[in-house]
Amino acid sequence: MNGAAGAVSDAHMPAKMRVEQASKIYQTKSGGVHALDNVSIDVREGEFLCLLGPSGCGKSTLLWSMAGLHGLTSGKISLGSDVINKPHPEIAMIFQEANLLPWRNLGRNIELPFEIKKQPPNRERIQKLLKRVGLEGFESKYPRELSGGMQQRASIVRSLAVDPSVLLMDEPFGALDAFTRDEMNLLIQEIWMETGKTIIFITHSIAEAVFLADRIVVMSARPGRIANIVDVDLPRPRPVKLQTTPDFLERVEAIKAMIDHRPNS
Amino acid sequence: MSDALQDKIPTFGGKGQKTEVGIAGGASALMGGPSRSAFEIAIIALVAVVIIGGAELLIRLFEVPLYIFPPPSAIGAALISEWPFLWPHLVTTICELLIGFSIGASIGFVLAAVITQFPFAEKIITPYILLLVTTPMLALVPLLVLQFGFGWEPRIIAVALASGPMVMINSATGFRRVDLAKIALAKSFGASTLQIFTKIRIPMAMPMIMVGMMIGSIFGLLTTVGAEMVGGAEGLGNRLNYYSSMIRMPQFFAVIVLLATIGITIYVIFFLIGKKWTSWES
Repeated sequence: MNGAAGAVSDAHMPAKMRVEQASKIYQTKSGGVHALDNVSIDVREGEFLCLLGPSGCGKSTLLWSMAGLHGLTSGKISLGSDVINKPHPEIAMIFQEANLLPWRNLGRNIELPFEIKKQPPNRERIQKLLKRVGLEGFESKYPRELSGGMQQRASIVRSLAVDPSVLLMDEPFGALDAFTRDEMNLLIQEIWMETGKTIIFITHSIAEAVFLADRIVVMSARPGRIANIVDVDLPRPRPVKLQTTPDFLERVEAIKAMIDHRPNS
Repeated sequence: MSDALQDKIPTFGGKGQKTEVGIAGGASALMGGPSRSAFEIAIIALVAVVIIGGAELLIRLFEVPLYIFPPPSAIGAALISEWPFLWPHLVTTICELLIGFSIGASIGFVLAAVITQFPFAEKIITPYILLLVTTPMLALVPLLVLQFGFGWEPRIIAVALASGPMVMINSATGFRRVDLAKIALAKSFGASTLQIFTKIRIPMAMPMIMVGMMIGSIFGLLTTVGAEMVGGAEGLGNRLNYYSSMIRMPQFFAVIVLLATIGITIYVIFFLIGKKWTSWES
């Protein structure tokens, strides 16, 4: 796999994951909240897709449904021929703020998925991944002894260790400082280019979405709908300094304008 | 009920969050404590020597009669000379405590784990658990003696009734500390309900479970000794009655030394377990 993967993933490629007319209504005391309203997306094989939108636009609801952790009120999500209504072994989720178990050291955190699946841990693969993200030799450390960036890198290793084909990332770098965030964005781009995974990545940062994505699904809030889908055909690998080029800033501005054009904002 | 007491007794339902803070504070005081340097340990030992030596000196200096307060040396001598007669009672007390606590703690733990899964049932049962926590189970011993006689049964039942609710109410506080993201994490890898329980919920609740075990075992010790004093033909509580009625104060205090040793041993055991299993929280 190389950088061309994103550009090649065109309309004629088969959909890796398919969201069809997904709607979700939460019942609260004050009535139903329409979190997702008739959302349909075809996720292409091997693409880097960003879900971008303000809080309350239902992007997390959508992602958790794609992980099989939430049910939909109506509509259907499928991975290949499998309907997703419970967690699927081909799909791994990366959560906000790493979500490591504080009572386990890093090594045992990474082995958790193997324990749950009752498989012997693939130590060779784990070692390779730890080395790749620069966490080699940190296996005996506890999460509280690691920085936020290191914790999130460990959680990426945990997800990749079981070799899923789809990675769902729920604002994974939102809690990190700007420098660490740039670093993590570069790392996840590299990992994506090396592994060819299909990544669906939630963010509320337009710049982050433009930097990472092949396509950006721009969502609007209340009810959560798709406002627009934007192709990002910037060449890869994208360096951090790309973010200050006029072309990049223009794309950011264009998306910002789309979001601002919502009638009641 | 004073504010301080209210802080220590967790209530279920709406105010859970607030109570949890109080309990967690208590937890760190019970389980954590500052680590001590060799110098500090030396000072603590020195203070003990000063207190014991001072007591010895003052009691001898003012010629306090033996039946009012025996000097430490007399207590030590009594402990040695009475040991052949005391140790069977010590074994009885420890066995009653261990058996009663094991029964009570197991039931309390299982009940907490199950009941926290059903918020409605939890709300219904909670007042009754609080009743068990706040009522001194010692009061039931005469009734139990009527039922079971002066054997070990009433005492073990009383110990289980005293320690079980303590374990239950603290464990329940622990089990209610659900972190949905961590449960979702386990689920996303396909975890079963049982796996979520053993790999996420129990470790998460462990600090509070340990607090419950510690408080429960100390309540158990109180109840064991009290029950032996009220309705027992054997055990260290019975010996307290016996020696005080005979005005054999050195022997009486020797029994107190044994009880204090049991109490401290309980504390140390749970301190060490807590250090191993719950250190991640500090």
